Amino acid sequence: MLTVEKLCAAYGRITVLHDVDLRVETGEIVALVGSNGAGKTTLLRTLSGVQPAASGRILFEGAPIERTTAHARVAQGIAQSPEGRQVFGPLSVEDNLRLGAFRRRSPDRDTLAYVYEMFPVLAEKRRIAAMSLSGGQQQMLAIGRALMAAPKLLLLDEPSLGLAPLLVDQILGAVVKLKAEGITVLLVEQNASAALAIADRGYVLETGRVVLEGRGADLLADPKVKEAYLGL
Amino acid sequence: MAEFLQLVFSGLTVGAVYALVALGFTLIYNASDVINFAQGDFVMIGGMGTVFLAAAGIALPLAALIAIVGAVLVGLLLHRLAIEPARGASPVALIMITIGASIFIKGVAQIVFDKQFHSLPAFSGDAPIAVGGATILPQSLWVLGVALALFVALFLFLEKTLLGKALLATAANRLAARLVGVNVTIILALAFGVSAAIGAIAGVVVTPITLTRYDVGTLFALKGFAAAMVGGMGNPLGAVVGGLLIGLLEAFGAGYISSTYKDAVAFVVILLVLFFMPRGLFGGRSVERV
Repeated sequence: MLTVEKLCAAYGRITVLHDVDLRVETGEIVALVGSNGAGKTTLLRTLSGVQPAASGRILFEGAPIERTTAHARVAQGIAQSPEGRQVFGPLSVEDNLRLGAFRRRSPDRDTLAYVYEMFPVLAEKRRIAAMSLSGGQQQMLAIGRALMAAPKLLLLDEPSLGLAPLLVDQILGAVVKLKAEGITVLLVEQNASAALAIADRGYVLETGRVVLEGRGADLLADPKVKEAYLGL
Repeated sequence: MAEFLQLVFSGLTVGAVYALVALGFTLIYNASDVINFAQGDFVMIGGMGTVFLAAAGIALPLAALIAIVGAVLVGLLLHRLAIEPARGASPVALIMITIGASIFIKGVAQIVFDKQFHSLPAFSGDAPIAVGGATILPQSLWVLGVALALFVALFLFLEKTLLGKALLATAANRLAARLVGVNVTIILALAFGVSAAIGAIAGVVVTPITLTRYDVGTLFALKGFAAAMVGGMGNPLGAVVGGLLIGLLEAFGAGYISSTYKDAVAFVVILLVLFFMPRGLFGGRSVERV
């Protein structure tokens, strides 16, 4: 579904991604793990088109998209739930969700009902301003907003960041459910053990380079990963 | 009492125009964090454009429509040629660009139009209507009615349409707006176009009362800016209340103190607001903007 070849991205003169190769097959959960500043968020932003690629190729369903605008990529089926939630604070929960479907010709009520079913607390609070939600609820809103675009590929940036363990389980449980419903997920996490546990495959990013890749379970068992990212 | 009522009428009339200019500020500020000091020049283009087109023999309604469309084009060009190329610059730099654009527009207006004061005939005659011992001009009712209609239309656009919500969303979080597929360049252009239309419409309806000249935009921009600040920059309701308040205070200042200091009132108000409540009357939610 997604193939990334020799992708580089830079902020000014500082190169953040160096020749990243990555592949996501249809129906997979792929985890991207690595420490702070490894370039995970930059990679997702480059995939969404809000950060320009310096060089390299991004193929989505076989077609190059590295020059495509961010809004066109949403229309093609790539939606992102960004790091730090980034909800539209003054707008209501339901308006946030409706805006998630901004690129769709006919925003159907079914998707909204589906999101509310997945995160019932959002339905309860649908008239409330998004900024008055708790951190966990805002995270659900950010994921729900991305789902409203009816994406083929869902990019999730640090969905567990700053959440209580019980909520982390709930959010990652939702990710597994999305996979069962046929949505392909690229999951970025600092919480490497939790992410690799639900992932089909994983990549380890270090200072902008892919240093390891493999099946989720294999990476979990890899001594280098254990030492560097799992604190074992 | 009659004098008081008379001052209220004239204050509300001019205040409604300040409110419309302040709404233009609000719209662009919300979408881009830019304070567009060329906002007053849209008022001038609306008024002067209508005057000159009407003088060329075009029927008044059509002349007004063409002038408004012209102002919208100027607004879109301002965005495309001056703001968009400087995307990513600091808000202060962008504000300076709008001041430069304002000077440029005035310069061109001197050449395209002229340097004289001009007026338009009142839309529904000049016979004053007596109300409670005071009188109100039919044109004042036009100004108030049009201002109310524009405010309601803008409110419905922002609150009831997805495109309006997208504008609010762009204001709240530009990155997230791009991630849900909002084309923020088009949203900004929309904000400039709509602001220009609002300003130009205000210019058309107020010209029979206040007259117009190539440089009237400066005072409209400053008073409208004061109104937006009083109401709390970024708050549409605040812009309207601020505009009416400035208009009323100005009328009272002129009526009870001296008309020499009429223009000073707005600036005394803005200083007081900045000293004592820098976020304005309705500016509670702008904490994160500091």
